[in-house]
Amino acid sequence: MRELSNTACIVGVDESDEIGILPHTSQLSLHLQAITNAVRDAGLKVKDVDGIFTAGQHSPSLLGEALGVTPRYVDGTTVGGCSFIMMVGHAVAALHHGLCDVAVVSHGESGRSGVGVTRSRDTSLSGQFEIPYGFAGAPTYFGMITTRHMHEFGTTLEQWAQVAVSTRKWAALNPKARNRDPITVQDVLNSRPVCYPFNLLNICLVTDAGGAVVLTRADRARDCAKKPVYVRGAGEATEHVMVTQMRDLTFSEATRLSGEKAFTMAGVDRKDFNHIMLYDAFTSGPPIMLESLGFAKRGEGVHFFEEGRSTPGGSLPINTNGGGLSYTHTGMYGIFPIIESTRQLRGECGARQVPNCRLSLVNGMGGMLSAAGTLVLATER
Amino acid sequence: MSPAELERPLPQPITPEAKPYWDGLREGKLMLPKCQDCGHCFFYPRILCPRCSSRRIGWIQSSGRGRLFSFEISHQPLNKAFKVKPPYVLAMVELEEGPRLMSNLVGIAPDPKQITCDMPVEVVYEKLTDEVTLPLFRPAGGGR
Repeated sequence: MRELSNTACIVGVDESDEIGILPHTSQLSLHLQAITNAVRDAGLKVKDVDGIFTAGQHSPSLLGEALGVTPRYVDGTTVGGCSFIMMVGHAVAALHHGLCDVAVVSHGESGRSGVGVTRSRDTSLSGQFEIPYGFAGAPTYFGMITTRHMHEFGTTLEQWAQVAVSTRKWAALNPKARNRDPITVQDVLNSRPVCYPFNLLNICLVTDAGGAVVLTRADRARDCAKKPVYVRGAGEATEHVMVTQMRDLTFSEATRLSGEKAFTMAGVDRKDFNHIMLYDAFTSGPPIMLESLGFAKRGEGVHFFEEGRSTPGGSLPINTNGGGLSYTHTGMYGIFPIIESTRQLRGECGARQVPNCRLSLVNGMGGMLSAAGTLVLATER
Repeated sequence: MSPAELERPLPQPITPEAKPYWDGLREGKLMLPKCQDCGHCFFYPRILCPRCSSRRIGWIQSSGRGRLFSFEISHQPLNKAFKVKPPYVLAMVELEEGPRLMSNLVGIAPDPKQITCDMPVEVVYEKLTDEVTLPLFRPAGGGR
């Protein structure tokens, strides 16, 4: 993987025209808006796209058809919300080997309004072994990981709440974030109980949105409209799907493996990062990811948040777009942290800009820490 | 009873490889798949051993005892077909034989001050229909 480092760049990123609650926009349109916006951001044309990468309900071939292009490379890896993060790594490899020249990674999901959505997948395992007991929806699975973490390490509800408070501070600085009013630990603890150990403010939003990321080889990237962002490292792994099958309920082996691969490919150490994006479907997710990635000892990931390191002005800003908790979360959130890291590295973030942002980490999960994708992004090679 | 009158969604679709599990429950037995080559006992049922990849899989009867590995307390129904009145306890149980499975913890107040991870639990059988019985769990020694 080392030879792939810095061979390709992110040259275009954007969301769909609007994000939020969009009953007037189909899922397919969210894709097409995001792709056209991101291609424009790169200074390229839709017809330049010859590699299409997407996860979820739409196949890459459908996006090609709708766009009126004939991709010569496609990837439909669907392992949850981190699929898009993994696909950036896949795109780097495909570009390096000349399998395509302009790759677009696209996400569109009408997660809130369900416009143009049909659900069809094999549910025989959850249907037999989980649904009859009342399991339904991500909170009823991720809570198992969270309760066990509290038992093993003494983590408290107050500590998880700090993650929501820190993330909301960033959302207040992002005009695109859905929830921007400041909150306190007490607000989180007093919010409506959904599924212990989670109250409403421990859980991500449910929205409609699209997002897309455009990549090309580094030699060509220098001719694009914006300052290129180098993909210095990429990693991925999957461990389980059913939470009962997770080997260690409080540690993500997939995340550890994915991070190690990305850090090794990039030739960087954890202390080198000055910006981090972590998939925050739940407040307990980012601390457990920091532990699994080796940034914190087991049980100590929450310290990053309660000590204020993660907040505006802190030494290691985390989830600067306002996260899935406060900015937007469609269901498969993974495209959005890539967009935010790219904007931070370009210096486009206005009030929430991290000063001198040069090296950024993106780490996402699929399912319940079931899959992981990691990127090391940089302003320079 | 028609599914609409049941308190819980029926397990479905029941897959052929899981039939011995569901057949056992109907007779008040918690059956688990066990590899006949390496001896690994696992759950959910599948046609090969996830430890050694052998396809020689047999079945054993579980003691029905284990520990509450983790839990949640659901305060709102997230599935219309699940009609047990909230709050109720969602449970991940680790059986003595090793495997973990999802279930409900019953016979105890749905209160995080009373429920703790690693507390000993034992199976109770909840008959849903003539065809389907579910394994639920209660604190070992009875509960209230």
